[in-house]
Amino acid sequence: MSDAPAYNFAYLDEQTKRMIRRAILKAIAIPGYQVPFASREMPMPYGWGTGGVQVTASILGRDDVLKVIDQGADDTTNAVSIRKFFQKTAGVSTTTHTDEATVIQTRHRIPEAPLSDGQILVYQVPIPEPLRFLEPRETETRVMHALEDYGTMHVKLYEDIARHGHIATTYAYPVKVDGRYIMDPSPTPKFDNPKMDMCPALQLFGAGREKRIYALPPYTQVVSLDFEDHPFERTHFDRPCALCGAVDAYLDEVVTDDRGGRMFVCSDTDYCETRRAAGHSGSAGALDDAEGRPSP
Amino acid sequence: MYVAVKGGEAAIEAAHQLLAATRRGDVGVPELSSAQIREQLALAVDRVMCEGSLYDRDLAAIAIKQARGDLIEAIFLVRAFRTTLPRFGYAVPIETGAMDIRRRISATFKDLPGGQILGPTFDYTHRLIDPSLAEGAQPAPAPRLEGAEPEPAPHVASLLGEAGLIEPNRSADADQPVGDLTRDPLSFPADRDLRLQALARGDEGLLLTLGYSTQRGYGRTHPFAGEIRMGEVEVEFIPEELGFPVPLGAITVTECEMVNQFKGSDRAPPQFTRGYGLVFGQSERKAMSMALVDRSLRAKELGEEVTAPAQDEEFVLAHADNVQATGFVEHLKLPHYVDFQAELALLRQLQAEWQNARKDAPRSLESSREAAE
Repeated sequence: MSDAPAYNFAYLDEQTKRMIRRAILKAIAIPGYQVPFASREMPMPYGWGTGGVQVTASILGRDDVLKVIDQGADDTTNAVSIRKFFQKTAGVSTTTHTDEATVIQTRHRIPEAPLSDGQILVYQVPIPEPLRFLEPRETETRVMHALEDYGTMHVKLYEDIARHGHIATTYAYPVKVDGRYIMDPSPTPKFDNPKMDMCPALQLFGAGREKRIYALPPYTQVVSLDFEDHPFERTHFDRPCALCGAVDAYLDEVVTDDRGGRMFVCSDTDYCETRRAAGHSGSAGALDDAEGRPSP
Repeated sequence: MYVAVKGGEAAIEAAHQLLAATRRGDVGVPELSSAQIREQLALAVDRVMCEGSLYDRDLAAIAIKQARGDLIEAIFLVRAFRTTLPRFGYAVPIETGAMDIRRRISATFKDLPGGQILGPTFDYTHRLIDPSLAEGAQPAPAPRLEGAEPEPAPHVASLLGEAGLIEPNRSADADQPVGDLTRDPLSFPADRDLRLQALARGDEGLLLTLGYSTQRGYGRTHPFAGEIRMGEVEVEFIPEELGFPVPLGAITVTECEMVNQFKGSDRAPPQFTRGYGLVFGQSERKAMSMALVDRSLRAKELGEEVTAPAQDEEFVLAHADNVQATGFVEHLKLPHYVDFQAELALLRQLQAEWQNARKDAPRSLESSREAAE
């Protein structure tokens, strides 16, 4: 190849962006509905965020400030890779601060800091269909959504309760959007589900391999599925973050030695760093075995 | 002591440098040129072009070199390039009946117009490793048949068609443009044009396995290799401003037409039915497998009962693309700390509840609990 290929702003050609924007607009018009779109091959593998990358590429403008997180952290390898991709192909400025970003692409987490009007949160979605593991056929699940036939999902949750005494789903916990569609929130921990409800930011979901886009417009009602006598429960941690002392954050468990030593730290690195910069601190300075034991 | 991990960027950079050096291997050994790959690993190039859906021998050769010989990785490289190319139109359907034939065999007729031509094939070779290749032995010059004009070689199926023994191919419908699953999301049920496109791009290994499974009774189709042909065909394009076809060049393709015995159903009379395979370059394995699976996927259309994986359209089409498959399988390498943490907490809770239940009722039979999803 003698001619080096020249790529458009944010990689995708304008025709493709237009096609994706149309799908996004439809998704916003029908909250929680999965819109099929002609997903393109991207220069990163399927399953590594191609859906989110296509959505971000289609909505990004030159003035946008982009933040990319994976597992809540800005510095995980795939987040670094995707951020670099947009630095290279779009030349937009990037940030690690949640409040500075206009577009945040995420995998598996919603930032701890509240999102605000005008921000867009783009989720990378592996399996967009919340009913997929109850019914493997797309032809069936589309009909189930059309007819609002969600009985199997409730039976599944009921069986969890019958067997375990509570709903045994901890991430990708299904939600009902605006009283109509059951939606997969992507594999975020259920801890993050309440943040989706009435969120001021626009939330877009891109599934590249499965060729689906769906959306939550700002201030959309999002309810985690539950029963009156078994209400939805957010995951609780029985200790604060060892670094910043936060009690309201989702924590990662870090193995510190081979004798059962553990410590729990914020999964949202920006949140943790911001708190520490503001003078908060946790117990990590005085870390010992007793501190590090796994929770019972 | 633990500090929040930093340095992902530097690690990625270093890993890529390491990959480049590892790809090169021992620098004391001369570097492989992409022209050598194109000429001497031509079947690898063919596979990458076919499953990469882009006919460009040079590009496929570079991709194979860059991918260190990992063909699925090379296919991925080609696909990611292809998707950025502008579409300026669709070619006129190629005429495989007018192929400049290098190989053409039929397993259904001993002799037929155009003859049987073995061509360059592994068939009937003895699979004995040839140590002289390690020394770089030169082969004898290629044999040539002097003075023989190639005679027309009509498709075998058309010979049967005249007698009404085989189902006719549906003729093209100008009002119904051919589908393209790279431009429109695939939806089910998919028409045969989209199925064939998915199969042509599909993983050779998967199609081989599925085709094989039909031979072993999982959705039997009673196939005969009516014809396999390989050679060059001209590609023509009609520019709007000219209004007549102009040649774009020639491509090598392998075509397989399976002829399948069919006893008839309430939907179709007893007659031979067809399965079709067409791939870039030379790959009979892929073309034949594709033809077997194509025929199997026609089960519903022909009123057959769908019982086997090879007949199940959603199953086959949703899983045939190896770039998608390898991406999703390998994404398990990505961090899943957050979800794993959630499962860890749940498991600890379930274990504690289980222990308590045992304490409360030591002789309870209720001891089997499934781990959470």
